[in-house]
Amino acid sequence: MSSAPRAGPKQLLHGGGRLLKIEDLHLSFGGIKALQGVNFEANAGEITGVIGPNGAGKTSLFNAISGFYKPDRGRVSFEGQDITTLSPDKRAALGLARTFQNIALFRGMTVLDNIKLGGHTRLNTNVWQALRYFGAAQKAELELRREIEEQVIDFLEIDHIRKYPITMLPYGLQKRVELGRALAMRPRVLLLDEPVAGMNREETADMARFILDVQEQFGTTILLVEHDMHMVMDICSRIVVLNFGQQIASGTPEEVSKNPAVIEAYLGAAA
Amino acid sequence: MINANLKSSYAADERVLNNRYKQAFVYATILGLALFTLFGNDYLILIASQMGILLIAVVGINILTGYTGLVSLGHGAFVAIGAYAVTIFGNLGAGVIPAGLMPFISVPLAVALAAAVGVLVGLPSLRVKGLYLAVATLAANFIVIFLIEEDLFAPWTGGMVGINTNVPNLLGWELDTKREMFGLIAVVGLVSLLAAQNLIRTRIGRAFIAIRDRDYSAEILGISLLRYKLMSFALSAAYCGLAGALFAYFYARILPEQFELALSLNLVAALIIGGMGRTMGPVFGVIIVVMVPEVIKVLFGALAGDSAGAGQLRAPLQQIAFGVLLVLFLLKEPLGINQIVDRILRAANRWPFARG
Repeated sequence: MSSAPRAGPKQLLHGGGRLLKIEDLHLSFGGIKALQGVNFEANAGEITGVIGPNGAGKTSLFNAISGFYKPDRGRVSFEGQDITTLSPDKRAALGLARTFQNIALFRGMTVLDNIKLGGHTRLNTNVWQALRYFGAAQKAELELRREIEEQVIDFLEIDHIRKYPITMLPYGLQKRVELGRALAMRPRVLLLDEPVAGMNREETADMARFILDVQEQFGTTILLVEHDMHMVMDICSRIVVLNFGQQIASGTPEEVSKNPAVIEAYLGAAA
Repeated sequence: MINANLKSSYAADERVLNNRYKQAFVYATILGLALFTLFGNDYLILIASQMGILLIAVVGINILTGYTGLVSLGHGAFVAIGAYAVTIFGNLGAGVIPAGLMPFISVPLAVALAAAVGVLVGLPSLRVKGLYLAVATLAANFIVIFLIEEDLFAPWTGGMVGINTNVPNLLGWELDTKREMFGLIAVVGLVSLLAAQNLIRTRIGRAFIAIRDRDYSAEILGISLLRYKLMSFALSAAYCGLAGALFAYFYARILPEQFELALSLNLVAALIIGGMGRTMGPVFGVIIVVMVPEVIKVLFGALAGDSAGAGQLRAPLQQIAFGVLLVLFLLKEPLGINQIVDRILRAANRWPFARG
């Protein structure tokens, strides 16, 4: 297992390092300006929320951070390193994981295999070892399996469904498996795109608990896009508000919820 | 017949033959093949050898199409490269390399050459998908056949009229009968199947499936599409090259027309009929693809006799039957025979309880 030694949660929480930094990010598709000068920092070990009405550019921001979109202007840096032009797979290897708004699991595979894919970059089995299997490949596979069982499957309470194909699972569980797959990457920064969209109250509460547990146990820095305001206000320590691609506010949940620009964006101007 | 599935270690749970039925099936198959090699009749040995050679190529197609989700209609080219390369290397090296060592050098070289060309042919897969990729790979087949037939290379390839092949000599053991060749094909075939299964249960195989199921999601997990798509092409081409090498060793003479588009299509058809993306799919598919024409031949011979007129009628009938079969599978059972077998096994496993 070759991975950078992970700092303990406490260390990260109190280190206050800026793990992910977005500077003056601009992104446009033809005439549509999806992002116009977004600036914020995700503090190490904290949960940062990104909110905004539909079409505000939240998912575009995530896609720019994870490498699917190339911004017109601005910088994305990760632990001080400029990653603006890196491809998604290289960013993943650095420790950036994400989930998608519309679940992007591999439907032809079981829960276990999906989560195992999260460990892809940590294994280094080559083709020859893979074709032989017995020996190095088997050792690496069993080690990964043990780690996933103990740290992801057990953690997310999905041991009863580990052998199920994805297609057999209800929506809420699929979301949880996708979180599991991201966790198997042992990410330094985790981007969650609407983790509780379409869930009922109970499922939402479960997911919020898992997100908080991830933060506490693994010290992961989390960036979260979500429409469920109760959850965002409850679990985020900082919130960034976007509207029509512009960043209209940022701060603690209390500051943001009192900000007139935010109230206007969500409710319309007071008559 | 409920088959309990309790495991007490991860190693036991990760095993491919994870219950006694599967183990018994595999060991019985190996024993059966050994007995068949020794005692099978000559006609059946011939048929089984054809299946074995085709199987190795279809296992390769399965890696590319079944697992990685990239369609190729040009893999006949790699079978041709394997067959011609092993023959040409054999002829060039005769006298220089001891005959008993020749296959150990020429076959890996032929396989490596096929894999290298496979990477080249795979390059368009980084840009185009689906039907467009199928058409792009189609070109490979035509170009390779064109080069083999080209006068410039005819001194080595024999051009349109083909070339006589060498008898493989494994450390002094000349495999000059079909029965001995079948023994070799059976061993290589089993090993190829096992190697493909192994590949699929490691990180590389999972990466292939991830690319098939959702490529952007694969990228986000750190899987380089460039690297893995080309790796898939190289591996599948290598398998086809290996099949080609055995093909050349099995027959006394090879002709360019044996490797044309019809072969490429046959490989894909066998995979579709057998079941894409499953280990046993190629096995079932190859059995059907080889058996259907043979069964029609026997049945038709019994009904219409062996006259020249009947023979003329038979060839198109075989083609039509094959086409109908393929369409039926695409419509009714797109996951192939493997799916039917799975369903039967599942029902047997639950018996006497609910079926399904």
